[in-house]
Amino acid sequence: MSLDRIVIVGASLAGLRAAEELRARGHEGVITVVGDEPHRPYDRPPLSKQVLTGAKPPESTTLAVAAGSIDDLGLEWRLGESATGLDLPDRAVLLGGGERLAFDGLVIATGATPRRLPGTDHLEGVHTLRSLDDSIAIRAALAAGPRRVVVVGAGFIGAEVAASTRSLGIEVSLIEALAVPLERSLGPEMGAVVADLHRDHGVDVHLGVGVVLIEGSDRVERIRLSDGSVLEVDLVVVGIGVSPNTEWLEGSGLTLDNGIVCDATCLAAPGVVAAGDVARWPNERFDEVMRVEHWDNAIEMGEHAARTLLGDATPYTPVPWFWSDQYDRKIQLAGLASPDDIVEVVSGRLEDRRFVAFYGRAGRIVGVLGMNQPAKVMRWRSLVETGASWSDALAVAAATD
Amino acid sequence: MRIVVDYDLCESNALCMTAAPEVFEVRDDDFLYVLQDEPSEELRAKVEEAVRRCPKQAIVIEG
Ligand SMILES: Cc1cc2nc3c(=O)[nH]c(=O)nc-3n(C[C@H](O)[C@H](O)[C@H](O)COP(=O)(O)OP(=O)(O)OC[C@H]3O[C@@H](n4cnc5c(N)ncnc54)[C@H](O)[C@@H]3O)c2cc1C
Ligand code: SF4
Repeated sequence: MSLDRIVIVGASLAGLRAAEELRARGHEGVITVVGDEPHRPYDRPPLSKQVLTGAKPPESTTLAVAAGSIDDLGLEWRLGESATGLDLPDRAVLLGGGERLAFDGLVIATGATPRRLPGTDHLEGVHTLRSLDDSIAIRAALAAGPRRVVVVGAGFIGAEVAASTRSLGIEVSLIEALAVPLERSLGPEMGAVVADLHRDHGVDVHLGVGVVLIEGSDRVERIRLSDGSVLEVDLVVVGIGVSPNTEWLEGSGLTLDNGIVCDATCLAAPGVVAAGDVARWPNERFDEVMRVEHWDNAIEMGEHAARTLLGDATPYTPVPWFWSDQYDRKIQLAGLASPDDIVEVVSGRLEDRRFVAFYGRAGRIVGVLGMNQPAKVMRWRSLVETGASWSDALAVAAATD
Repeated sequence: MRIVVDYDLCESNALCMTAAPEVFEVRDDDFLYVLQDEPSEELRAKVEEAVRRCPKQAIVIEG
């Protein structure tokens, strides 16, 4: 199959890294990148951190490429345009304006969109955070001097927004329906460490509590919680998770199930690959079908999918990795973690908020979590890579700590 | 090829070390050490991968 025309839908991290890899592997044909945002690809992690605190100007988030300038990649940009459909038999992407973009190979990297709280669309002052424009809007709202900011949802985005807002000296309430922050990602024990971190920085933390009603006429004025408390508020940031951007693919023939379902090599259909937050695939290393919403995965999977598209199809078997910055703490996880895993601290102490913990399931180590311990996380990540047994992993940690 | 790391940006995530262990090492003190400032051409692909994988965009290749 000749691949004269490759279309990439989604002009962000996974899409850009796929384009770079296509060029690095010698693909010389046309590459068209379709993105519904007006911006060239930019980096999202600073949007909940340095852009909110003002430490980084928004325009400094533009993504660079490793070899020279982004213009050297020779990409055709279709920015500010949405893909609205996919004609798989005829091999064309449909654009909002009615145009059909024919392709020989397609990379889908449309990411995910934050879920909103129902019934709040008409209210000013209720934000979600995914895009540069979202971050700029929240930053402006913070600069206007709100009395209190309420963050709904203590996942990574919510926890980071709470930390950044607190660092600006603004009063923050953090509302989480589960028993601790990050419970679904890190489990109860580590979530409790994060809850204390926020309390110690003066965040008003409400756990195990739901939002009953957000009230206001044009602007948000108060929030009623399921424990009966009422918070007066003029800025709400909602971080209750994201949904993969697959609406435009409905009826296309691709399998959609909480993301685009791919095979082990990132292939979704012949000549069609998917990568990043939107893609689900069986990770043979862990024998698990996963969709990973991490920065590093968007890069690695974008590159992997590009190679698969060029015919070099091998299983994509990463050890996922992410980080989160909150106050002066850096949380990193290499591998997997779930509330059902066993957790053991192997270095440092939770009270010092400088430690490493291992996650284990079925007799094997699956994850290494660190707080302010980057070198050790990376060193012990290899235990997850090699699939070390739980007891071997603990022994290695004890010997090399 | 010359490697320049902006140590004000670098947060010792050690992703670069995973991509190019011949060139980057984060030691137990949690600082990044560049083992070779001017690595040979055959390491270029690995170093470029390190540049891409650095979450802080702290590494620049000159030349
Ligand atoms: C505020 C914030 C902070 C984060 N911090 C961290 C962190 O500290 N550590 C970490 O590991 N990860 C972090 N992440 C996650 C990381 O940024 C994502 O995993 C990564 O951006 C995923 O890249 P992607 O290219 O798959 O998707 P995205 O970056 O979401 O890009 C998808 C692009 O496709 C566009 N698009 C969608 N549908 C269409 C369509 N139909 N037509 C055209 N274009 C379309 C979207 O508008 C978007 O521009 C953070 C994310 C956010 C939002
Ligand atoms: S990946 Fe970047 S931030 Fe991390 S140690 Fe290397 S240069 Fe520093």
